Amino acid sequence: MSTATQIPFVEYLRLEPTPHLVANECTSCGARYFDRRNACAACFATDFSPVDIPTEGVVRSFSIITFAAPGVEVPFVAAVIDCGGTSVRANIINCPPDPEHVSLGMNVRLATTVVGTDSAGVEAVNYGFEPA
Amino acid sequence: MSRSDDIWILGIHMTKFGKHPNLDVVDLGAEAIQGALADAGITMADIGVLAAGNLLGSGSIAQQLQKQVGQTGIPAYNVSNACATGATALRTAIMAVKAGEVDMGLAVGVEKLAGAGLLGAGGRAKADNDEWERNGRFGAVGPVDGRIGTESMPGVFAQIGMEYGHKYGGADFELFAKISEKNHAHSTLNPLAAYNKAMSLEQIMNDVMIAYPNTRPMCSANCDGAAAAVVINGEKLKTLSLEQQRRAVKVSASILTSDPWQEACQVLPDVNTLTRSAAHQAYEQAGVGPQDLNLVELHDCFATAELVHYDNLMLCDEGGAVDFFESGAAHRDGRLPVNVSGGLQSKGHPISATGIANIWEVCQHVRGEAGDRQIEGAKVGLAHVIGLASACGVHILERSAA
Ligand SMILES: [Zn+2]
Repeated sequence: MSTATQIPFVEYLRLEPTPHLVANECTSCGARYFDRRNACAACFATDFSPVDIPTEGVVRSFSIITFAAPGVEVPFVAAVIDCGGTSVRANIINCPPDPEHVSLGMNVRLATTVVGTDSAGVEAVNYGFEPA
Repeated sequence: MSRSDDIWILGIHMTKFGKHPNLDVVDLGAEAIQGALADAGITMADIGVLAAGNLLGSGSIAQQLQKQVGQTGIPAYNVSNACATGATALRTAIMAVKAGEVDMGLAVGVEKLAGAGLLGAGGRAKADNDEWERNGRFGAVGPVDGRIGTESMPGVFAQIGMEYGHKYGGADFELFAKISEKNHAHSTLNPLAAYNKAMSLEQIMNDVMIAYPNTRPMCSANCDGAAAAVVINGEKLKTLSLEQQRRAVKVSASILTSDPWQEACQVLPDVNTLTRSAAHQAYEQAGVGPQDLNLVELHDCFATAELVHYDNLMLCDEGGAVDFFESGAAHRDGRLPVNVSGGLQSKGHPISATGIANIWEVCQHVRGEAGDRQIEGAKVGLAHVIGLASACGVHILERSAA
C-alpha cells in the first residue's frame, strides 16, 4: 500500500471514505454546482449545502478527442455522465478510446487515477468513469 | 429624425472568404463597409451609428475602420460576443435605429483566421506546477482540459450532437458525415466560399478524425473574411429612390438571447434552449412560422451542431431532426434548404463576420440576386448564429413588397 499523501485533483472530488463527488446544492431550488456561485443561477438564492453525487451513472454523450491543445494527451474520451439526475463532466477511463468500446447509454462508475506527484511527494488524484 | 418600428437592410456586402495574406483586418473590414455603402447607395455621411466586431485583432476595430472609410464623429461600438459577434453588431445598430436615435446604422464583422488551427485547440502549452496549488473556480491543481472532459470546440459540439442521438436515436457518424457532404456540395455554387469542392461521403468519413464523430471537413473552416450591413428605418427608406426601396430587405425579426439555466449547462454548453427561445421570439415577432421559410442559414460550426438546430429552429417536429435530414428537406432542392451557401464547414467561419455573412446570403436570395445558387422564388429566410458561453442571434429577412 502506498504511503504517499494524496490530494484530490479538484475540490469537488472527495477521496474519503471512498472516492465520490460533492456538489453545492441550492437549498432553495435544488440546483447543483461543482464550482462556487455567488447566487444560484436558477433562482438567485444564496444558500448552498454540500450533497454527495451518486458514483454510478449512464453515458449521456461522449466524443473521442484525437486532436487537442498542446500538452493535452490524446486520444481520450470526453463524456457527460448522468449520475442519478446530476450531470457530470468526466473522461471515460480504463476503456479503449474507440466507438466499439464506448457507447451512448453505457453504464459507468466513478474510478480514480493518479495524475502525478509534485516535488513534495504529494499525489494528485483525479476522477473518471469506467465501464460498470 | 424620422422614426418607425420597421427596420430594413438597405445595403449589405460580404468579402470573399478564404486566405487573404496581403490584407489585414482593417483592409477586409473596410472592403466590406465600402461594399455595403455602395450596395445601399449612400455614404458614411448618412450613417448615424457604427457597431463593429473583431475577436482576434488588436482592439477598437470600429475606430480603426472609421480611419479608413470616414471619420464622422458618430458613436462607434466595439462589440464582442463569441461567434455571435457579427449578429450582435447588427443588432446593436438595429437597436439604435429602432430607438429613433439615428435613421441609419452600419454593422461590420471581420476576422483573420486562415491557418489558425482548430477552434479551441490552439493556445499556450499547459504545464503543471512544481507543487500542487489550487486554481480557478474548481480549485483544480492542474489544467482540467483533457483530464475532466474537453474544452476543444470540435469535442464540445461532438457531444452536443451525440447527446441528441442519445435522446432521440438515429444519429450516427454516417448521418453527421452526410450533413457535411450536403454543405460541401452546396458550396460548389458559391464563388465567395472558402472551399468550393464537393466531397464524397467516403472522403469525409476517411479524413482526419478531430473529435469523433467530427472529421476535419465536418468542422468549420477557419478563414479570413468580413461582412457589413446598412440598416435603415421604414420612414427614412420611403424618402429614398424606388430602386433602393425595391432592393431593401425587411428585417422582420431581430432577436438575441443568452442561455437560461438548465440542469446540465455547467458541464456541457446548452446550445438548444437559447436557440429554441430565440426562434420562438423571432417567429412571433415576424408573424411567420417555420413552414413559411424558403431557406435557412444556420450555425453549422460542426456537422454535429447542424442536426440539433433543425430541431431548435423548429424546422421539424421535436425529436425529428434525423428524419428531416434523411427526407432530403435540407438539400438545396428540398422542401426547406439549409446552408445553401456551403455553411461554416465549407463557406468558412471568420468568426466575427459569420453573423452578418449568413444574413447577406439570405438577402441575396430574397432579392433574387443569388446567381447560380438562387433558391427560386425565395421570399422569406432565417439566419441563425450561436456563440458559446452562450449567445444566439436569429434574424428573419423578407423580400420587399415595393
Ligand atoms: Zn436555486
